[in-house]
Amino acid sequence: MNDNIIPTLNPVFAKRKAYREGSEHKPIWDLLDSVFDPELPGLTIWDLGILQDVRLIDGEWQIDVTPTYSGCPAVETINADVKAALKAAGYDKVKVNLVLSPAWSTEMMSPVGKAHLKSINIAPPHEEDRVQCPVCDSSNTKVVSQFGSTACKALYQCNDCFENFDYFKHF
Amino acid sequence: MNQQQQNLFRFLVALGDDSVVLSHRLSEWCSNGPYLEEDIALGNVALDYIGRARMFYQYACEVEGKGRTEDDIAYFRNEREYTNLLIHELPINDFAFTMVRQFFVDVFYCEYLKQLMNSSDETIAAIAAKAVKESRYHLKRSEPWIRQLAEGTDESLRRIKDALLELENFVGELFLMSDWEQSLVEQGIAVDRAKLQKDWDAYVQKFLGESNVHFPDSQLQIRGGREGIHTEHLGHMLSEMQYIQRTMPGLQW
Repeated sequence: MNDNIIPTLNPVFAKRKAYREGSEHKPIWDLLDSVFDPELPGLTIWDLGILQDVRLIDGEWQIDVTPTYSGCPAVETINADVKAALKAAGYDKVKVNLVLSPAWSTEMMSPVGKAHLKSINIAPPHEEDRVQCPVCDSSNTKVVSQFGSTACKALYQCNDCFENFDYFKHF
Repeated sequence: MNQQQQNLFRFLVALGDDSVVLSHRLSEWCSNGPYLEEDIALGNVALDYIGRARMFYQYACEVEGKGRTEDDIAYFRNEREYTNLLIHELPINDFAFTMVRQFFVDVFYCEYLKQLMNSSDETIAAIAAKAVKESRYHLKRSEPWIRQLAEGTDESLRRIKDALLELENFVGELFLMSDWEQSLVEQGIAVDRAKLQKDWDAYVQKFLGESNVHFPDSQLQIRGGREGIHTEHLGHMLSEMQYIQRTMPGLQW
């Protein structure tokens, strides 16, 4: 192990993580780890950073979710999936709130989420939009189109291995 | 609703109308884009605008408190009840026109929404915070296109110039204030559009100037959108946009 490397979490995600760990509703947060973004296979809504809060108000579970992009069509599916996951575990009274504030950003994504994106050949978001090819790790890449298969992605090509890939936009 | 709520409702519907109308125009490129990636990009920009429209409409319905939904607002109002600014409703024309219009509104929204983030109304501030990030991204795409077309071939330059001529009379309306919007500015809810014009002009002139294109200062300003007075184009657009809901009201996917 290299002692010179100080492991860091970005502050936005660290705050989210601390909040979750301090929550009294741990089983619900854990249950929601079975809900995935329908357009990003294997990426949970927690890892994506859109799951914001779990609260119990007057016997009803209130789940706060913030949309990635305002027109993202996956929102409705995610709502239904959240309800289904909790219902399967015996929680019937569930309300999913779409919250706009704080606005979602890629800083809210977990390191696990970013690693997962790379594993399915999607370049994870980078602060200065320095895009690395998910296949050969080259940084010699070019943008093909600022929009890809979904609103959250752009199309890139690697100049070294010529792979075409999606880049999850830094937002 | 008291007067203040009425003004707020009117404001939210107007901003929603601007977004939904432009969104529909952009979506008309679907399957007609110059090539596949551009086709998808225009569709994605349209999606951002429809999301924006939904947020404004949903909040408008909440303020109104009559149990209407965003679909009622979008699909069951006539042309004269739409209050979008006219620049959003003009037909898509050719690709150069679509991109020049997009560049103009992108520059406008980047500044307008940035200021709207300071609104004393928390929901409006939250919508603006979300939308401004999207508009900044849109601008990152429209600017290179304007440059590429302006510095491309004689043909692409001609098309850019035609688009500028066509649009110059519709720009001024973006900066027009009405009494009711002014009263919202005084309450800290809305943004004074008139104050944004100087910077907008300077930005656009400088950007186009770098490609040796001049944007003419128009004396003629076509206005009327906020009062429901539209160009001949909006009615045709709405008849297409609303057709299915009007034929089978309440229809769901």
